[in-house]
Amino acid sequence: MAVTELRSYLTPARLRNLLTGLLVVLCLPAQAAVLPEERVDSLYHSYDGGGVTIDGPSILVRKNIGETVSLSANYYVDMISGASIDVEATASAYSEERKEYSLGADYLVDKTRLSVGYTNSNEDDYQAETTSFSVSQDFFGDLSTLSMRVSFGNDDVGRNGDENFAAEATHRRYGLTWNQVLTPKLMAALSIETVSDEGFLNNPYRSVRYLDPTVEKGFSYEPELYPTTRNSDALALRAIYRLPYRAALKGEARTYADSWGISARNFELRYTHPLRESLLLEAKLRQYQQNGADFYSDLFDYSEATNFRARDKELSDYTTSTLGLGVTYRLPGNWSLLSDRNTINLYWDYMMFDYDNFSDVRVHERETNTLGAGEEPSYKFASNVIRLYWSLWF
Amino acid sequence: MKKIILSLMLPVLAGCSTTPWVAPYERHYLADPIMQFDRDPVAAGYMNHVYEARESARGAEGGTGGGCGCN
Repeated sequence: MAVTELRSYLTPARLRNLLTGLLVVLCLPAQAAVLPEERVDSLYHSYDGGGVTIDGPSILVRKNIGETVSLSANYYVDMISGASIDVEATASAYSEERKEYSLGADYLVDKTRLSVGYTNSNEDDYQAETTSFSVSQDFFGDLSTLSMRVSFGNDDVGRNGDENFAAEATHRRYGLTWNQVLTPKLMAALSIETVSDEGFLNNPYRSVRYLDPTVEKGFSYEPELYPTTRNSDALALRAIYRLPYRAALKGEARTYADSWGISARNFELRYTHPLRESLLLEAKLRQYQQNGADFYSDLFDYSEATNFRARDKELSDYTTSTLGLGVTYRLPGNWSLLSDRNTINLYWDYMMFDYDNFSDVRVHERETNTLGAGEEPSYKFASNVIRLYWSLWF
Repeated sequence: MKKIILSLMLPVLAGCSTTPWVAPYERHYLADPIMQFDRDPVAAGYMNHVYEARESARGAEGGTGGGCGCN
């Protein structure tokens, strides 16, 4: 709208009405925003599956200063070893380490919580920095909370063994979450988030496969090539319900779509059951289903067949099913540090990956193989994910 | 135009005058730690990282999402 049009539209009467409306919005009975709990969490995490082991520690400390400021710091390490199927097919096993530092601050202003965060992730061939800002407000008599979050990330991408390779990528995320108390036993949250990426977005080590009648196996490899932009939208609905006895049922559904043609949806059901005062048991079922990217192919017809090309299994059509079990044990007071509230937690997730159009090309390594290019069986594997942690509140 | 603005403002006006339909003394169930979407941020954040690294979908993870800055 041109400035002159805006001026003619905003007559004094309309301006007065608009200001009245704004005052009405500001009169919303916001209240009772609180700072997060002061606590220390020491986590050992492990992911083992598909030929890869990733484990390491994660330490999170959160401390309040006075009644209005909360500071947090997180140190996280991924130690990676082994060889996934992509690596096995085209390269050799490797090991590397990723270290991540995060700092955060929350500030309570009357009934609003403002948060800032900074994360730095560092590995041999990939450095990433992310800055985030969020604002959260309670209103409607403590029954609703609206949170808005933005984050900006900058990545420097390298390639081990190739000092001339250097690329960059940027990421922007915009998220909105509405939390709502619906009944004395039911709470729900609706979240939407848009993510926008730009720059070098593919993995510099991965290759695509194409039919090549000049070689014995019938196929050869060439580097992947992705678009340099990607925009995605996700919408999630979560609800948690207190059962007639002391236990809780959580449900979650999320739908996702992006500009690469990927669409996905996941569902989760979690049951939490306290057993006496000191024990908490949890069971979880989760399913994720994805339709792959437009430029994904397990086997291209010929070299450089399309403008963009990928054979990353995370861009294919597949389903992930997860079964999770866990236990939290509250330590007796004389075993606890700093306060009488200490817990030891062990959670195990079993993830099954079932790919529809990503083939297990390792069959060609077997001497007895009689399958031709494109006739290989679909790939599937399972992973064990462990979280073992000690939490203490003070 | 005035009618549209008024109809848009109605829910907000109603919100200002609404008595909370769940009174403070009725919230003891909601205050129970088992009623949190994610009780332990460090553990929930890790699972989101696991999902985001192995699934193409990202975003709207709730309070513990936000991108891992890794490949």
